[in-house]
Amino acid sequence: MTDQPQRLTEDEVRRVATLCRVGLSDDEVESLRDEMAGLIAEVSVLKSIDTTGVEPTSHAVEGVRSVMRDDTPRAALTVADVLSNAPRREGDYFRVPAVMDHGEG
Amino acid sequence: MTEQPTHYQSIRQMSDALVAKEISAAELADVHLKRIADLDGRIGSYLAVTPEHARDQAAAAQSSIDSGNASPLTGVPMQLKDNLATRGIITTCASLMLEKFVPPYDATVTSALASAGAVLLGKGNMDEFAMGSSTETSAFKPTRNPWDLDRVPGGSSGGPAAAVASGLAPYSLGSDTGGSIRQPASFCGIVGLKPTYGLVSRFGLIAFASSLDQIGPLTRTVEDAALVMNVIAGPDLNDSTSISRPALDYTIGLRDGVKGLRIGVVPEYFGDGIDPEVSRLAHEAIQQLKALGAVISEVSLPNSTAALAVYYVLSPSECSANLARYDGVKYGFSTPDAPNMMTALEATREGGFGTEVKRRMMMGTYALSAGYYEAYYKKAQQVRTLIRREFDAAFEKVDVLITPTTPTTAFKLGEIQDPVVMHANDVCTVPANIAGIPGLSIPCGTIDGLPVGLQFLGAHLSEAMLLRAAYAYEQASSWHTQHPVL
Repeated sequence: MTDQPQRLTEDEVRRVATLCRVGLSDDEVESLRDEMAGLIAEVSVLKSIDTTGVEPTSHAVEGVRSVMRDDTPRAALTVADVLSNAPRREGDYFRVPAVMDHGEG
Repeated sequence: MTEQPTHYQSIRQMSDALVAKEISAAELADVHLKRIADLDGRIGSYLAVTPEHARDQAAAAQSSIDSGNASPLTGVPMQLKDNLATRGIITTCASLMLEKFVPPYDATVTSALASAGAVLLGKGNMDEFAMGSSTETSAFKPTRNPWDLDRVPGGSSGGPAAAVASGLAPYSLGSDTGGSIRQPASFCGIVGLKPTYGLVSRFGLIAFASSLDQIGPLTRTVEDAALVMNVIAGPDLNDSTSISRPALDYTIGLRDGVKGLRIGVVPEYFGDGIDPEVSRLAHEAIQQLKALGAVISEVSLPNSTAALAVYYVLSPSECSANLARYDGVKYGFSTPDAPNMMTALEATREGGFGTEVKRRMMMGTYALSAGYYEAYYKKAQQVRTLIRREFDAAFEKVDVLITPTTPTTAFKLGEIQDPVVMHANDVCTVPANIAGIPGLSIPCGTIDGLPVGLQFLGAHLSEAMLLRAAYAYEQASSWHTQHPVL
């Protein structure tokens, strides 16, 4: 059957983690090297299927079209509702960490 | 069905008793709240119980009943999976990321049920962000299978399935991305319906994989599933993928039987990895449907065997995009004092997401990243087209396809550690999500005291026919009258 999947390098795992901004412990990086290799092997069966000229499907149901409503004002959430779950706020604003690297923004 | 205790009655029976004033809505809610208090410590099907909210809704429902304005769900209690937004009621998605999240709005299904007079008992446990097949990835607690407390209820809608199977709610709503309604329904011996993609609004469903997710009912009878569908199915301007289709009464035609109904049996779903006893019970059910007048033939779906691989490319990819919204700024888990935004994002997700969610975000990001997109994501979408076409062709020859719902009965907690082995649970259920078609699971027997599910698949928007076929089988069998000993 299939060969033992080749484990990812530490750098490969860290590169993907940086792309999705997910912090990982060293232990998690280590186990993901094997687990991701296993998951990649699991889906590699796709390579054996001939899809020459086949259109990709992004949506399985034909006739589902983007629903549009009339462009008329309607009731929306209140500011208090929108901010009700904010971890940090200042007045009616969400407070965010510095986006540039020089202290709080 | 006649001698069932109150907590095992069907929605229809409860509704009839309410209208006949044999019980009040408040009493019916209290029967369930007491049973939850007595039993759920052992089962773990609820993440939150909402007695005050239930009593308020029961009082409103009673007014409707007293003034002769009751519909079948009026005054009947229910549970919602904890990924469905409930205004003012904590909605965690079983994740530390949303441990304290209180939605400022209701999901469309939540408000539709409330308008119909439903009484919310609480929120059902699930795999974190609906990623899992055993409810073991819940950040808060496992749920146990009421038929054997050492076993999982399935997942990700394990809380809803266990609650309905053990009489802790007459029905619940779950979500199904790759089998998350049908597989737990199968493991817990109840009815689970994943409707056609787009038939039930997903506004207020916390997104996992947006081209696959669909909300549907978990119930103890087929008629109950039809009654719930009558309320939750329909177009919604708040869901851009909602199907425009007039309301339908799913109970009409339920009793019309299966005489002449063309049923296809797919050999690919009875092959390697399927427990021979599960196959045997499914074939017995097929013979019973034949005896009821259905016409059975064999239909091969060779591309279905690739559905699992398609699923485990598309769903993590879409999950990695959907979960990018958790930034620790607007709501959710947040680590204080990060020096900058990038560090804050990484720390928020490191602390807020569990292992399975991180793994799927990583796999999805990998599949979408430069150099791999064509080989994985685009390829999976092309194979998805082949699978969809294969179903389209099958439904020109037959009305309904029948398969086992799951390869095995419920496994033990902690028994499956390898994610790839866990994925094999979904082998019979993912094709329906890939093709966007409806699928229904119904109990068809037990193996060593554990329930086995039979799956009916149909063409897009064929829910009424699936319900009719399942109803015919249910009425000719007695599995729905059996309940776990607790």
